[in-house]
Amino acid sequence: MSHAAPQPAGLFDCREAWVKTLVALAEADPRIVTVVNDSVGSSKLGSFQTKFPDRLINVGIAEQTLVGVGAGLANGGFIPFVSAASCFLTGRALEQIKADVAYSNVNVKLIGQSSGVAYGELGPTHHSIEDFAWLRVLRNLTLIVPADPWETAEAVKWAAVHDGPVFIRISRMPVPDLAVPNRVFRMGQAEVIRAGTDVTIIACGTTVSFAAVAAGALAAEGIDARVLNMATINPLDEPAVLAAAETGAIVTVEEASVRGGLGGAVAEFTATHQPVPIEMVGFPGFVPTGSVEWLFDHFGLTPTGIAAAARRAVARKR
Amino acid sequence: MPNPVIHPRDPLPLIRDKALWMRRRAFRMVYEAQLGHPGGDFSVIDAMATLYFGVLRFDPAAPNWPDRDRFIMSKGHATGALYTVLQAAGYYPESWLDTYMQPQSMLNGHPNRTYVPGVETNTGPLGHGLPVAVGIAIAGQIAGSAYRSYVITGDGELQEGSNWESAALAGHRTLANLTLIVDRNRLQQGAGTEDTITMDPLDDRFRAFGWQVEIIDGHDHAALFRVLAAPVGNRSKPLCVIANTVKGKGVSFMEHKAAWHHGVPNAEQFALAMKELV
Repeated sequence: MSHAAPQPAGLFDCREAWVKTLVALAEADPRIVTVVNDSVGSSKLGSFQTKFPDRLINVGIAEQTLVGVGAGLANGGFIPFVSAASCFLTGRALEQIKADVAYSNVNVKLIGQSSGVAYGELGPTHHSIEDFAWLRVLRNLTLIVPADPWETAEAVKWAAVHDGPVFIRISRMPVPDLAVPNRVFRMGQAEVIRAGTDVTIIACGTTVSFAAVAAGALAAEGIDARVLNMATINPLDEPAVLAAAETGAIVTVEEASVRGGLGGAVAEFTATHQPVPIEMVGFPGFVPTGSVEWLFDHFGLTPTGIAAAARRAVARKR
Repeated sequence: MPNPVIHPRDPLPLIRDKALWMRRRAFRMVYEAQLGHPGGDFSVIDAMATLYFGVLRFDPAAPNWPDRDRFIMSKGHATGALYTVLQAAGYYPESWLDTYMQPQSMLNGHPNRTYVPGVETNTGPLGHGLPVAVGIAIAGQIAGSAYRSYVITGDGELQEGSNWESAALAGHRTLANLTLIVDRNRLQQGAGTEDTITMDPLDDRFRAFGWQVEIIDGHDHAALFRVLAAPVGNRSKPLCVIANTVKGKGVSFMEHKAAWHHGVPNAEQFALAMKELV
């Protein structure tokens, strides 16, 4: 049975939940350290730095060293949370993420901040919409995209106790608390936000609350849409995707490139297991100049745009 | 409880024997696999034999012992040197060396820590070892541990910018527990280093980044032992050892030849090398 659709009750910056959780973890576990590239402010790590000045390592504006030093700290027995703007962390240090962290299979936590198009008008150099495609092929790198403050906190707590490489993608865009009752965070398992049988909307991160609103609008038209919060992109929750395919149509929604991301992952799996019409909502590539709000609106990452994609998907059902 | 190896008071005879064995065994691996990077193996073998048979604190039966000294081979293609020294140090049986680069061997063309005990991080792409070694040294600094972090890079490898990010960080943090050995053979894959990108004055470059620099003959075991085994003492800077070396050292037809970066011997060359390596 479905959870109630989320009720927007104020908006939250997930970075606050990230740092509050990290400080609490660090108080209990002296192995937890942070590594930053002059990114204390943008990672909201001021309170961590005040409490644990010796456990925050600022490598300067040097992302390859940022990730390599993280791998070295893990070798020395620490649990490093390497926190930087996602665009630079992934794009600049992708080979370090591949070789030093994922292939070496070491206990490093990578925190991609201000991800997606959060930097809005600053443009595609500062957007991180390619990260899903770049990272999700690294098989042992768990890739988590929390949707709200609660999930952000839970993902950080999970990462701290999991022995292995993790990437958590955190937005600076204010999002509502999804207010799902009796929530339990399960890495690798989609969360059912709304039950439904006509089409399944698979969303992640900042777009989950919009998908839930879209499902409400669709219900008024007689379309019963399931909504999944696919917080873990890698490993993909294949049973949930297979169940989604059984509704006969899928919409994927991500604040990322539609090439190679969540939509790509869902399409790869369904194409080889249960082919089904899929509509993908996201960004087509480098985007034009615009605010975050304008970009979301222009490319249909809105309740209206998601509902329209769901209608198209349903129309394609055989 | 870990049982770290005890090095002899005068380790030079042992280092000499091990270095000779490593050259012969590595060249046989390359000959049998018809793959490898023997020129660069032979330029670093003396430094590595010195580290493992005279300097490093480690226990091959406990490769993850938290207080071990760390060694990273940043020029990950020099697996002939790395796999022979780790074998000689007791991390795995000699039969592993017969499988070098064969299908499903533990001994890939570049080292994988999840396969090979004693490997600290997976290298191969250049410019990865020093940042990780710096992270290890910072971990030791924060934890107040006595272990030391050693890393070997090629000289051409220093053209990768990540090394200089890390060199600046190591100097800034005064990581005295960090030692970088530069295999200064003056040849990279395609040409001389100085014909490719000017690296000299390499010593001044490191000094300017806040390092202490020692320049030695990288095939002189006594000199290697003197600088690598010296306690940190009052040194307040990371140590860069510029080891002047000869690519292909020890085999007449390989020495100073860029073609032996990844050249492999035929039967006649193999036999000749075995005659010379005594």
